[in-house]
Amino acid sequence: MALSDDEIKHVAKLARLAVSDAEVPDYVGKLSRIIDLVQQLDAVDTSGVTPMAHPLEMAQRLRADDVTEENCRDAYQASAPDVVDGLYRVPRVIE
Amino acid sequence: MAWETVVGLEIHAQLATQSKIFSGSSTAFGAAPNSQASLIDLGFPGVLPVLNGEVVRLAVRFGLAIGATIASRSVFARKNYFYPDLPKGYQISQYELPIVHTGSVEIPLAEGGSKTVRITRAHLEEDAGKSLHENLTDATGIDLNRAGTPLLEIVSEPDLRSAAEAATYMREIHQLVRYLGICDGNMQEGSFRCDANVSIRPTGEDKLGTRAELKNLNSFRFIEKAINYEVERQIDILEGGGQVVQETRLYDADRDETRPMRSKEEANDYRYFPDPDLLPVEIDDSFINQVRADLPELPAAKRKRFIDEFGLRADDVAALTASRAMADYFESVAQAVGNDPKLAANWVVGELAAALNRDDLEIEASRVAPDALAQLLQRIQDGTVSGKIAKEVFEAMWAGEGSADDIIDKQGLKQITDTGAIEKVVDEILANNAAQVQQYRDGNQKVLGFFVGQVMKATQGKANPQQVNELLRKKLS
Repeated sequence: MALSDDEIKHVAKLARLAVSDAEVPDYVGKLSRIIDLVQQLDAVDTSGVTPMAHPLEMAQRLRADDVTEENCRDAYQASAPDVVDGLYRVPRVIE
Repeated sequence: MAWETVVGLEIHAQLATQSKIFSGSSTAFGAAPNSQASLIDLGFPGVLPVLNGEVVRLAVRFGLAIGATIASRSVFARKNYFYPDLPKGYQISQYELPIVHTGSVEIPLAEGGSKTVRITRAHLEEDAGKSLHENLTDATGIDLNRAGTPLLEIVSEPDLRSAAEAATYMREIHQLVRYLGICDGNMQEGSFRCDANVSIRPTGEDKLGTRAELKNLNSFRFIEKAINYEVERQIDILEGGGQVVQETRLYDADRDETRPMRSKEEANDYRYFPDPDLLPVEIDDSFINQVRADLPELPAAKRKRFIDEFGLRADDVAALTASRAMADYFESVAQAVGNDPKLAANWVVGELAAALNRDDLEIEASRVAPDALAQLLQRIQDGTVSGKIAKEVFEAMWAGEGSADDIIDKQGLKQITDTGAIEKVVDEILANNAAQVQQYRDGNQKVLGFFVGQVMKATQGKANPQQVNELLRKKLS
């Protein structure tokens, strides 16, 4: 299956990857080959097979509704590049 | 051309838990920024989400209340998009297998009767954080206290046919989640929010038109205004020969208009896939039966019972059943006054509701407790005070001056029922107003009201009105 240039650009944008126009043909070729590889699975008849959501044959364990976390803001924000008044400061985003 | 409005709503109800959906952080509103954001909420590498059992119970409670199917197996999925208030780069939600699907609610119609609104699904998800733009120049501040707050997203079919119907449906769900105690319904704090999918089509057409998704509808008034604006906009486009574009639009309450959200244009491609960090949620029948046994009386059933049992009018019943607390308050007053539920209803919907409204209080914070109001109503029933004086007593009770009996006693408000005493006042008034007496005898019946007023004035409203009327008629005939 051959991906188009536009599909590569779209996927790159969604993934926030800066793919230059010059790089697009390379990605088209390599990603199309990966999809071809995976597409071989289409040969298997999976009718009647429940789609697998998880490789483990187990159900989700539930926790009690208790507050167990304390305020560790200073420690957590020590690794943030920019903080102001307890807020994470990021480039302006506005609608 | 005549156009039909078609609306479906996505309501986000914040589930009333102590801790977040996947972490042990508090969900309390109003804490200092990022003081309730744990490593899991912040999306630090290597952490694992663990599902809060209470959110499962609350979602099932909702599902049973709308007669929906509870999925025996539901799956969490990652909804992928980039935004600064979403630290992981994905929101944990449910996609193909939601916990609740295929239910419905009945909503009352303005023209009378009711209609069924189908609910496609209700799924669990985590909320994102909050972006703050104030006080920061050329920057945005991110508070992740809200990140990981449990939400139930309730998705309706496009069954609503007007802005007013959409608002009615939103109110119905709001009332329901509060009755169920699964959401506090606080719209100012963002606990109950709504997006609307709006399209129009020529009346009689079956095919749906292209829809716009309206965001940020956080009040019953806004949802109606936003949908009305959007419908007009789409009509203008179609009648001008254009085409509606499928897009996300933001409602701006200040300008009363909707405008496109550019950031959402290309990003509406979420590439959902099952979250490998979370196992499927399995719910068995015994759990469902437990939750079912614990369901309260629901608003629709309560409304019907209040009409059947108490013989009340539909509009009074609507006011009395607005919340469970209001209904409970009314029922305890009605029980105490025994055979006169209408008296209880009139006072709760009338004086009490007015006082609550005036002081901007919820029924839970009423300054007059149900048993205190019941005592006052009993004093009306046994003739101690008239309905008019009772209103004065109520105001004094509201102001914290004591119980009904204390106030009646202290302020000497007990009704005068001694016929001799009333007769003395009546005689005096008649003697002093010979001209009006003549008018009455000449056939002007309206003058009776004048005499009643004079007697009441002379007795500071304490004379028994019925006795005053009888005496006046007797003496004037």
